[in-house]
Amino acid sequence: MDRRQLLSLGGLAFPALSWAQAAASAAGRVLVLVELKGGNDGLNTVVPYAHPAYAQLRPSLALKADEVLRLDGALGLHPSLAPLIPMWEKRELAVLLGLGYPQPNLSHFRSIEIWDTASRATEYLDEGWVARAMSAGLRESARFTTEGVAIGSASLGALAGANAVSLTNPEAFVTQARLVRPAHVQGNAALEHVLRVESGVLQAAEGLRGPGAGAMNTEFPTHNFGQAVRATCQIVAGQKGKGGVPVFHLTHGSFDTHRGQLATHANLLKQLAEGLAALKAGLVEAGAWERALVVTYSEFGRRARQNQSGGTDHGTAAPHFVMGGSVRGGRFVGTMPDLDRLDGNQNLVHTADFRQLYATIARRWWGVNPETVVRGTFDLLPFLEV
Amino acid sequence: MNTTLPSRLSAADARHLLGRTGFMPSPGEVSAWAGLAPDEAVNRLLAGARRAEPRQPAPAFTREPIRPPLRAQGDVDARKEALRQLRADTVALAGWWLQEMRDSPTPLAERMALFWHNHFATSVQKVRQAQGMYIQHQLLRRHALGSFRELLHGVARDPAMLIYLDGAANRAESPNENFAREVMELFTLGEGQYSEQDIKEAARAFSGWAVDREAWAARFRPRQHDRGDKTLLGQRGRFDADAALDVMLDQPAAPRFIVSKLWREFVSPVPDAKVVEPVAQRFRESGWRTDVALRELLLSPAFWAPQNRAVLIKSPVELAVGTLRQFEIELDNAQALVGVTARQGQMLFSPPNVKGWPGYTDWITSTTLLDRKRFTERLFRAVEQPRMEMGRGMQPGGFGVRFDAEPWLKPLGAWPDREPDEAARGKLVEAVLATAPVHPVPAGTVGLSYLRAMSLDPAFQLK
Repeated sequence: MDRRQLLSLGGLAFPALSWAQAAASAAGRVLVLVELKGGNDGLNTVVPYAHPAYAQLRPSLALKADEVLRLDGALGLHPSLAPLIPMWEKRELAVLLGLGYPQPNLSHFRSIEIWDTASRATEYLDEGWVARAMSAGLRESARFTTEGVAIGSASLGALAGANAVSLTNPEAFVTQARLVRPAHVQGNAALEHVLRVESGVLQAAEGLRGPGAGAMNTEFPTHNFGQAVRATCQIVAGQKGKGGVPVFHLTHGSFDTHRGQLATHANLLKQLAEGLAALKAGLVEAGAWERALVVTYSEFGRRARQNQSGGTDHGTAAPHFVMGGSVRGGRFVGTMPDLDRLDGNQNLVHTADFRQLYATIARRWWGVNPETVVRGTFDLLPFLEV
Repeated sequence: MNTTLPSRLSAADARHLLGRTGFMPSPGEVSAWAGLAPDEAVNRLLAGARRAEPRQPAPAFTREPIRPPLRAQGDVDARKEALRQLRADTVALAGWWLQEMRDSPTPLAERMALFWHNHFATSVQKVRQAQGMYIQHQLLRRHALGSFRELLHGVARDPAMLIYLDGAANRAESPNENFAREVMELFTLGEGQYSEQDIKEAARAFSGWAVDREAWAARFRPRQHDRGDKTLLGQRGRFDADAALDVMLDQPAAPRFIVSKLWREFVSPVPDAKVVEPVAQRFRESGWRTDVALRELLLSPAFWAPQNRAVLIKSPVELAVGTLRQFEIELDNAQALVGVTARQGQMLFSPPNVKGWPGYTDWITSTTLLDRKRFTERLFRAVEQPRMEMGRGMQPGGFGVRFDAEPWLKPLGAWPDREPDEAARGKLVEAVLATAPVHPVPAGTVGLSYLRAMSLDPAFQLK
């Protein structure tokens, strides 16, 4: 009887120990990147409710100190994030504070490119940072089914340049792959792109074929993000005994809340938290939670001061969540940007570089050289047990 | 690079020109343009597109009184009903436009309207007013090949745009920067051509506009406009919205930015700065006439160079409409195509964000590629149904499509019930693909199955 059957019979929580062996190899690990599209308002996500400037900057947007879910004497979560509290209490969720980068670019498109490629603000790179981790040795560590799966978005983001695929429904993907025939990749850039995508489809479909995960017991939210979470868990569950998929890319949003932010943001965060809670449940059911790391990110946070439309304009630094069975959670990592010391655009000044996050994943999660992944030396962030 | 234009268009040249400036041409269309001199052909294309009028009236809802905003609905049920109506209207509008693209004798007009819809990307998801999207669509059509300057000024006070980029919420007291940023980054100058301070100053200049939702009209509210001095892009003055737009157009980066975008739409993925520069000058000197810029590009050697052929990727709309036009497949109702292009990543009136559809290789991901192939496969299976019983007439099919195969195949030396011979194979490739196929069609493939197999070839994605 395998672990999944056991779980579905008893719904038992298994001790981490039995999975320590499975998690021993970096290649067996699962990284789930959750992109909060449009620039999530960090100040109303992880709320500095006790800071006097917070309410002053946001006369109608500030959350009241008694509504936030207090994590300590200074910071609390937006009330919509209640489904995350059990993970915080189990120390499986940590909050990384003040992520950003020097010379922040407030364009959505350029800024997400910077995050996806882990470039400096002044350099333009084609490949996503995950692709560089693949060439830094991760690719050699296993015969992956596919190097990444993006679910629910056309763009591959951080997976660009890796041998990755995008899909919405794993079963349909496998069925439709019959429309593709193997070919040698050559031609102009456009044709080469088409052929490369085709070859990725063939390889991924091979590894995703088979009985698959079948129906899971975990209940997934019906919204788009919840369904992307479902597909992620199904693929992870179905990879037992196969090459595995090391990286998933999910998107949620749009968080581009220039006006009327309060209700929109509350709803987006609610869906996010429901989805992340289901993600944990599904990965536990798939027997992968101990070897999974879930990370949120966004192109930027939003302006500290609200605008006249009850919204916020483009900002800079923001906090992000990391969660998983190996996370040293229940704690903040780093320093909250100072609300009294804004930059020339009245934006928060970052206290940690997002490339520190990637460098930590490269070194501690995958065991590859972080310098080739983030193109420089960055201090690691202490959020992993492994 | 090949430095000369063809003196007369060969069939392949005509196919290239019509494929790039319209949708995919049928063999019949190609032969009507072959033999013309390039400037004759381009002049004819532009003249036709400038005179273009829709063939069918827009859906009836566009002529009804403006609907009240969704949030004015009294109760939950009324709101739900209004939302359902909004979706139905949007699909009807998109279906109407796709039908125009399918039937238009001047497809360049539709391509330009689509180009501007992508440039001034505005989504019904936020605007929530299908009538408003149609009013914007008319604006884009009106100026599609005319003055870019007038188009830009029109867009800046188009109610849908004012709502989409929060211009309607931009007040002197506390400016909303959304439109100010995107107008420079995406509509006129390009990233890196302005500073954060310029955005703040421009936002002040744009303050004071509001949307009267009952009349669907932009209104200027002087008391909410910042009348103070602004310093924008190195110029100082008491700029209002129109003056700020003209300051932007004064930048040398502006004509270059638009011409480069036209280049990527019509010529190749990488603009050649040496060619863009003089075209940009002519564009500006002409009073920002888009047709002048486009004419220069289409008559540049780069457009005709062999290395720039089959280097672009069909958008979902081009793929869907182009396949129908190319095979002269008639369609009962283009509404079915709305879902087809949406699944492939291009729902008309609903671009993903203000940057529009990124296009080129971004059109092709594993998800969208499989959807594209599924579309042509189903289309051909629908028209492949046993024709023997049907006689020689039009055949009903799953999409409500009709394909009279024999007259299409015969001029190419092929037959619906036979495997094409070598000469016919060459002609079929030339008619269907912009470049050599990657896979040979398996021996024994007959008639329409032969066309289906070609449509599944990777080369079919190129134009």
